[in-house]
Amino acid sequence: MNFQAIRAIYIFEMNRTFRTIWQSIVSPVVSTSLYFVVFGAAIGSRIQEVEGVSYGAFIVPGLMMLTVLMQSVSNAGFGIFFPKFTGTIYEILSAPISVLEIIIGYVGAAATKALMIGLIILGTATFFVDLEIQHPFWMIGFLVITCFSFAMLGFILGIWANNFEQLQLVPMLLITPLVFLGGSFYSVSMLPEAWQKVAMFNPVLYLISGFRWAFFGMADVPVGWSLAAIGVFCAICVVAIWTIFRTGWRLRA
Amino acid sequence: MASMVSVQGLSKIYDDGFKALDSVDLEIEEGEVLALLGPNGAGKTTLISAICGIATATSGTVTVGGHDNVRDFRAARSMIGLVPQELTIENFETVFNTVRFTRGLFGKPRDDAYLEKLLRQLTLWDKKDNRLLTLSGGMKRRVMIAKALSHEPRVLFLDEPTAGVDVELRKEMWDVMRDLKGSGVTIILTTHYIEEAEAMADRVAVINKGEILLVQDKAELMKQMGKKTLTVDLDAPVDSLPDSLAQRGVELGADRKSLIYTYDTAARKTGITDLLADIRKAGLHLTDVHTKQSSLEDIFVGLVTEDAA
Ligand SMILES: Nc1ncnc2c1ncn2[C@@H]1O[C@H](COP(=O)(O)OP(=O)(O)O)[C@@H](O)[C@H]1O
Ligand SMILES: [Mg+2]
Repeated sequence: MNFQAIRAIYIFEMNRTFRTIWQSIVSPVVSTSLYFVVFGAAIGSRIQEVEGVSYGAFIVPGLMMLTVLMQSVSNAGFGIFFPKFTGTIYEILSAPISVLEIIIGYVGAAATKALMIGLIILGTATFFVDLEIQHPFWMIGFLVITCFSFAMLGFILGIWANNFEQLQLVPMLLITPLVFLGGSFYSVSMLPEAWQKVAMFNPVLYLISGFRWAFFGMADVPVGWSLAAIGVFCAICVVAIWTIFRTGWRLRA
Repeated sequence: MASMVSVQGLSKIYDDGFKALDSVDLEIEEGEVLALLGPNGAGKTTLISAICGIATATSGTVTVGGHDNVRDFRAARSMIGLVPQELTIENFETVFNTVRFTRGLFGKPRDDAYLEKLLRQLTLWDKKDNRLLTLSGGMKRRVMIAKALSHEPRVLFLDEPTAGVDVELRKEMWDVMRDLKGSGVTIILTTHYIEEAEAMADRVAVINKGEILLVQDKAELMKQMGKKTLTVDLDAPVDSLPDSLAQRGVELGADRKSLIYTYDTAARKTGITDLLADIRKAGLHLTDVHTKQSSLEDIFVGLVTEDAA
């Protein structure tokens, strides 16, 4: 293992993050606050409770997921797209490093940033609602593994993207609907039966459900399914990235 | 001397079916400066990319310091520093951070003292905290060299280091290269400036259309293939060339006041003595005589046009 390389990539990427830290933090905090005002206060005052949890608190896991998924995907996507775009990727390709080290460095840094922002949102949420986290260990666990797996997805996206538009559009078109339809603002049991079946095909549903279970001890699907789903997703991403570097797809001529 | 880089039967066919390298064999000795000379599109960058792992070879093998560049890529690549043809840098990073990043990437532990020495050598130390986008073109190029040297490589590839660079900076680059050679680094330099190969190289390899046409000691190459021209200035113009001189292959200059004779320096008899005697016999008076050695450029152009024919 080339630990020096992992460290170098990680530090380099985190430096980039800290150079633009205010941008990175302000926008999710502001949008989260808006969500609380609109969904939590305005709509929440009519919905009252979902399965015994106040609506304001109920949406916290979904809101965190929304931002964390977007952040993981776009951070990692940008992290590898940028060197590809400027040409500095030649260094990565000619360095004595393996795919695993590249993943740990780039994906690790992107996931760290997403994790930090997720925690900031959680902190922001406590200003609006009373929260009691039932399984804090699992909550952090779900959060970390989510950051990692979606950062891998973003990494793949960054390698695939040929321009900035693709890089920005795909997370918007892919992640936002999946999160909204994955029960971030409602329990799936509130949907008509036919739609409940459709919703089961949405991988993000399993994430949000598991995450919500960690908060409140209740879930749309058994928590074991959630773990299995995210495990499978992770494995797919690892295999995909490994294949990309082995074949040099979109990287090596 | 041992081969530092050994390229055997290396071919590269790009996805679009274009054959950029055609079974290239090349042995690069430790400590030498090899100039890889070729016109645009000859395959110089492709060759370097295939050696460094940026492009995947279609067939053939490459070893660096005895390590196969695919099977034992870590060992092989650790020995290589690369300055690519394009100026590609992280504009928002500082000089020091970007150089330190490359060192880490190549698996070397942090050594800020070494990096300081390196940046001082390249007169970049004053700029170490500057963001790259604030630097001049020449400075950026030096940053690229600093990055390539940050992990103390044994082999340095410089892909057209002085293309589009002003004369002053070119001379500076040459000084940097001489220093490096002095410290025992093997240098592979691609260029289409003959002048550069002539100034820097120990050996010259000529590549055209993906094939190596020749690899030779520079001095020997110039001696072997070098033609010299002898120009004899006359005191008065002549109407036509005397037969005795025409038979020797002498040509009349455009001003009709000079005779031009091309000969091979490697030949046992250059025929100059006889020529001078014939000039006197023909009743011509000479005022001056000078000779000119053909440059690598002439040799190169000769080779490449021959190849195209
Ligand atoms: N990625 C690529 N795909 C297809 N053809 C390429 C690619 N890169 C280079 N070539 C072609 O290969 C040939 C050699 O290019 P290159 O190695 O860059 O030449 P040089 O560096 O000697 O100017 C050129 O004809 C070029 O057009
Ligand atoms: Mg080139």
